Amino acid sequence: MDLKQIYREIVNEHNLHPGHKDEMSAPKIRRRGSNPTCGDDITVSLDLDENGIITDAAFQGEGCAVSQASTDICLDMIIGKTKDEALSLVETFMDMVHGKASEEQIESLEEAASLQDVAHMPARVKCATLAWHTLEKMLKEGGDE
Amino acid sequence: MMDLQAIRSDFPILADPEYIYFDNAATSQRPRQVLEAVEQFYKTTNANPLRGLYEWSIGATEAYENAREKVAAFIGAKGPTEIVFTRNATESINLVAYSWGLANVQEGDEIVVSVMEHHSNILPWQMVCKKTGAKLIFLECDKFGKIPEQEYTDKIGPKTKLVAITMVSNVFGIQNPIADIAKLAHANGALLMVDGAQAAPHTKVDVKALGADFFAFSGHKMLAPFGIGGLYAREELLDKMPPFLTGGEMIEYVTRQDATYAELPHKFEAGTVNAAGAVGLAAAIDYLNEIGFDFIEEQEKKITRILYEGMKDQKYITLFGSENPDEHSGIVTFNIEGCHPHDVSSVLDSEKVCVRAGHHCAQPLLQHLGVNATARASVYFYNTEQEAERFLESLSHVRSWLGYAD
Repeated sequence: MDLKQIYREIVNEHNLHPGHKDEMSAPKIRRRGSNPTCGDDITVSLDLDENGIITDAAFQGEGCAVSQASTDICLDMIIGKTKDEALSLVETFMDMVHGKASEEQIESLEEAASLQDVAHMPARVKCATLAWHTLEKMLKEGGDE
Repeated sequence: MMDLQAIRSDFPILADPEYIYFDNAATSQRPRQVLEAVEQFYKTTNANPLRGLYEWSIGATEAYENAREKVAAFIGAKGPTEIVFTRNATESINLVAYSWGLANVQEGDEIVVSVMEHHSNILPWQMVCKKTGAKLIFLECDKFGKIPEQEYTDKIGPKTKLVAITMVSNVFGIQNPIADIAKLAHANGALLMVDGAQAAPHTKVDVKALGADFFAFSGHKMLAPFGIGGLYAREELLDKMPPFLTGGEMIEYVTRQDATYAELPHKFEAGTVNAAGAVGLAAAIDYLNEIGFDFIEEQEKKITRILYEGMKDQKYITLFGSENPDEHSGIVTFNIEGCHPHDVSSVLDSEKVCVRAGHHCAQPLLQHLGVNATARASVYFYNTEQEAERFLESLSHVRSWLGYAD
């Protein structure tokens, strides 16, 4: 898809009207992720219940439209999922970025699948993957504060 | 009067009229005269220069040394002994830092740089200061990119050992008053290192008239191939400086435990040199001389004025640097409200317009300006008025593509 169409159909909405860009008062895990070369800088907060299900997710921070939208889409998808299910989504997203995911797997990414063509652009791949990398680290290693 | 279309036809990559290349401050395009000179070198006289005793090697040596003479004349050095070939301006500045800096700077000394320096003229001096205990001092600039005179007089003093400053800022395009800075530095017993990477391609440089003790430049920003650049240094300084890199071709005599070094400038050129790159640089200098800096400056100003005036009137655009477009050396740095520069660059890219977005290797300056990143359009003498108009047209679509109503 043409980049401008991707902006128009998916990125702009999540960038300009993000559903999860909030402050979370007492999250279970909070972690910062950044791309120092571009200045994308986000902090992701998660709440998990006793069964390891992600009950709420929010982010704050600055960055380009692609990184902001990708973060919002990512959080949208993982709310209600278990830790393992979320990690599996991260893996599929990374596989898609690296051109290793099947059609079926890409479809399972729902809205995030529309970032496929952006993620293939060498100049923008880091923007698209920032939230997913950050999420992977916080679920595997925990928070940073 | 130069024929711009004839000039453009010298540049094979510009043959595709769909593309607008406005990232000339990052690297320029190359005319066929440069490409052919490099190819001709490899086809007719390629051999390892400076060591062979046969015709091709002698030819390679001559081509390489002729290029050095051409560079010396181009920037006003006394002669070829004052020109060291390097890979680029970054390597030239590192050479001065590691060789002159570590041998001469001491604890209690001060090195003065400006806040608008490219990282390549900051990090080598951070290294020298960390290793020697000297202090790194910053000249601050105002929001127009101008360093107030008082900054110089307050911060350059008896403790100053070196002033390292760019001649032209790669973000503002503003030209710093090098000759005045040289006088002040010298009056305080300090030396002056000039980063000429953005200056040499766009304006006539005379290192002696400027009073520069060191002057660094990159070939690739002035039509030459990648991987060739130069350092000018006064001969008496080079004479006393220890080698930066050691090894082949920079020696006079070597025993198991010791060595004496080759005469200038070979002492600073260890290993097999980039002779083809130097030949390309010589061809680039010939090309620039033929076009002439009068035309180059005039054409850049013409395009910059169109860009500046066109952007100044747009509601959501912030421009950086001087309010006089003639003080931009072809560089227009800007932001569009609500749009990250990377998104701006991507949208422009989809209309085949090439601009830079990011921190431009000048993070301390962007911190000083209070922004994370900016977009930057930078022109050269081969850019046209039509390109400037089309750029403005593309720019006017950006906010709409990024989801804004106006």
